[in-house]
Amino acid sequence: MNATAIRVRTRRWLDRFLARPVLDLPLLAAIVLLCAVGLTVLYSASGGQVGLVLNQSARLALGLTLLLLLSRVPPAILRSWTPWLFAGSLFLLALVPFIGTGRSARLWIDVGPFFLQPAELVKLSLPMMVAWALHDRVLPPGWGALAACAAIIAVPTVLIVAQPDLGTGLLVAASGAFVVFLAGLSWPRIALILGGGAAGAAFIGWPMLHEYQKDRLRMFLDPESDPLGAGWNIIQAEIAVGSGGLFGKGFGMSTQAKLDFLPEHTTDFIFAVFAEEFGLVGVAAVLALYAFIIGRALWIAANARDTWSRLLGGSLALTFFVYVMVNGGMISGLLPVVGVPMPLISYGGTSAVTLLAGFGLLQSIYAHRRLVAT
Amino acid sequence: MAIGAAAARRVKEAGPETALFRRRALVGFAIVLACLAILGGRFVVLQVARHAEFHGRSEDNRIKPRALPPSRGLIYDRAGRLLAENIPQYRLELVPEQVGDVDAAIAGLREVVGIDDDELERFEAERRLRRRFESIPVKLQMSEADVARFAVHRWRFPGVEVVPYLTRYYPEGALLAHVIGYVGRIDEEDRQRLESSRYAGTSHVGKTGIERQYEDLLLGTVGFERVETDVRGRALSTLSRVPPKQGRNLYLTLDLELQRAAAAAFDGQPGSAVAIDPRNGEVLAMVSLPGFDPNLFVNGISRRDYAALLAAPYRPLFNRALQGGYEPGSTMKPFIALAGLELGLRRPQDVVFSGGEFRLPGMPQVWRDWKAGGHGRVDLNEAMAQSVNTYFYQLAVDLGVDRLGGYLSQFGFGAPTGIDLGGEIAGVLPSRAWKRAQLATEWYPGETVIAGIGQGYWVVTPIQLASALATLAGGGVRHAPHVLAATQYGIDAAREPVAVAPARASFVKSAANLDAVRVSMEAVMHGPTGTARAFGADAPWRIAGKSGTAQRFTRRDGGEYDETRVAEHLRHRALFVAWAPAEDPRIAVAVVVEHGNSGSRAAAPVARRIIDAWLTANPP
Repeated sequence: MNATAIRVRTRRWLDRFLARPVLDLPLLAAIVLLCAVGLTVLYSASGGQVGLVLNQSARLALGLTLLLLLSRVPPAILRSWTPWLFAGSLFLLALVPFIGTGRSARLWIDVGPFFLQPAELVKLSLPMMVAWALHDRVLPPGWGALAACAAIIAVPTVLIVAQPDLGTGLLVAASGAFVVFLAGLSWPRIALILGGGAAGAAFIGWPMLHEYQKDRLRMFLDPESDPLGAGWNIIQAEIAVGSGGLFGKGFGMSTQAKLDFLPEHTTDFIFAVFAEEFGLVGVAAVLALYAFIIGRALWIAANARDTWSRLLGGSLALTFFVYVMVNGGMISGLLPVVGVPMPLISYGGTSAVTLLAGFGLLQSIYAHRRLVAT
Repeated sequence: MAIGAAAARRVKEAGPETALFRRRALVGFAIVLACLAILGGRFVVLQVARHAEFHGRSEDNRIKPRALPPSRGLIYDRAGRLLAENIPQYRLELVPEQVGDVDAAIAGLREVVGIDDDELERFEAERRLRRRFESIPVKLQMSEADVARFAVHRWRFPGVEVVPYLTRYYPEGALLAHVIGYVGRIDEEDRQRLESSRYAGTSHVGKTGIERQYEDLLLGTVGFERVETDVRGRALSTLSRVPPKQGRNLYLTLDLELQRAAAAAFDGQPGSAVAIDPRNGEVLAMVSLPGFDPNLFVNGISRRDYAALLAAPYRPLFNRALQGGYEPGSTMKPFIALAGLELGLRRPQDVVFSGGEFRLPGMPQVWRDWKAGGHGRVDLNEAMAQSVNTYFYQLAVDLGVDRLGGYLSQFGFGAPTGIDLGGEIAGVLPSRAWKRAQLATEWYPGETVIAGIGQGYWVVTPIQLASALATLAGGGVRHAPHVLAATQYGIDAAREPVAVAPARASFVKSAANLDAVRVSMEAVMHGPTGTARAFGADAPWRIAGKSGTAQRFTRRDGGEYDETRVAEHLRHRALFVAWAPAEDPRIAVAVVVEHGNSGSRAAAPVARRIIDAWLTANPP
């Protein structure tokens, strides 16, 4: 094959791709841009540790590869795998209390070359399963379907919260709830479930919380009551954010992170470092980027070919929002401290890989969208 | 319609479901945007509305002002010999946040460097007061062996560090303890007294003596630097720096060699001596024996050492020169003699008969001469040379207590001399007013009689006696005694003499009267009948002197006063006052030997050795 032939074939492939792309380029671009922002802040927040940045880059690359691979699998196949995937992830989750490891809680399973966090698998398999349970029913779902969904959501959520990992439990439960919401559950029923849930949380959930989790909630209400102890993180995060001002202190100039006043400044609290260095302008830009990603993902879901794809895509988009809101609310003192990372910005591989895999599912939905608009 | 509705429920319809999903997605996205707007609003509140507040708190986090303590001024004698210096020392410090299990670390450290219970107690006390990430001294004085041993075991003790610092050291130890005093760690009492901003970073303050009196000069000015610190308080960089200004060096009027000679002259007996240059009031030597090692106090005296000092014989911590109240006895006679001459009651050649006993008309009480049968007919010279009590009994009666006290007060008796050292007592100059105030009774004529020989209510301190003698030697010109001669800023700078209040003109009307008293005092040392002729005969210079033997009297001791021991010594109070050369006085000395037998035998040789030491080194 000569060079001309290669050029012609490449051109032909490109023309076809651009005419009917198999990937949603705006969404992919936004994700890659977000990853770039994350790596930039990570470099600064870690005090210039190139090793850390390379480590995270490798995980993001793995996640993006996974994204591309999943985008090639038709949703129909993914849907048919769903019950097995869910059952498998639930089985691993049940194993965690027995063979799991972890610093403060048993979260991980050592599978040799790497550590597997079953809860992360559930983040994807649970909304897939709820969508699977609803996909061939008449929507909006009736009480029977609702009961099935409740069971699918409750079992893994309880297992995860018991690990204990409140943040992940919250995300997992939300991802299932969003499927039900998008399936068109009637508003009175939503009100009924939310009201019952709130009452249940107050009377049953609160006594079940661990003491450190209660402390976090109490501190959220009044961090200055123990400024050197439990309130320290909240106060130092607010100081970092507030001292950033309109335009920030500049790249690499975060004193709160550099001088170690802000704990967890590469992981859960990294967005406070970003806010300190890039100010309100940077925060607004990143929040806009998040809003774009969520909106774009909902648009892809809205144009999906089938019910399962629609419900799953919409749930992934809204769950992504929960990450942003819980983390952003935490570092700005708007919400209590819950261990949820800032998606694609916080250091930490597992959640980034899961998130990118989720976007892989969305890209698959996009690539196999309806060929003809209805 | 009913059938249609039932069918709709059973059959999935793509169109309405898609529409339903889109409505829900739209609602969801609206909620997302609303929440993000709330979140953004929160960032606006923090980053715009409250920016100033958080900017300040961030800077407070980041920048810590750090005090740079000045180095304390050094103290020299008049010849520039070092009396107080700053030497490098090592202490062990610990930051609890970095150590973790403090108790385990302390237990480990005790094995390595040895920490006694006193230090442990102090550590626990400071631990309760300290701030976050502040280091606490564990052991203040580390020997070189301690430092080496710790270096070997250092890996076991994260958060524990050896910190070099400067500490005060008194190379002459006990010799000058009562003059120079000592510095000690700033305690709660000091903290209330001192201006805290001047003492930022400074751990010690002058507690007694020169160190306390001239604290302001010695201290210097604290410097400051602003350092960027991390959360553990580690300094990362210096942002700005105002260097400290060292304290002033002090040059004293004291002469180290004379001080040494004076202390040696006592041969281990407790007592006190003060030597003054009559021409200007400079204190040349000031001894209070026994002394103590002031270095013990610098970094906190151990309980055992302190108990030993309190239990030691003759109370070494007691500064006899300024606080020892003694009955002056016959050393008061030259002053009373001058009063008689100056007030026109006596001429030098006037003769008084001493028959061994003295009576007041109409009173049964008898006052005796020290020599049985008396001294016979004596003029001023003989009365002084032989210390004839009857001569002075009669003179005191003729003067009356009011004139006697009035005249002697000009020598400074009954009031602090104003020397530039703290803690001086006033002593007692007997008078009707004093007795009424103190004892609420009238003055009895008999009390005038014994006042004439320096007994009864009289109380003088060695510094008072020396100052009064210097005034007499200097012809009635009274210079305030002082110990600070000059100050200096930096060792290479010129000495700046300290301004001394100008002396008032002499209160003595007739130089002939002064000469008469001087001649009579020379007779004490050099005359054929002089009580101290044994110590004056071979002197290379003419000395004017007077002995005194009297009881000790002290008014200012509370509980620590050991009555049994003092009672044992009530019989033995030897005093001597002398100046030389007689006609060109360069040194006036007052000596008290607490354990002496008589003034002429015990105290005169001490005075002689002090005078010889000074005049040999500084020939007139």
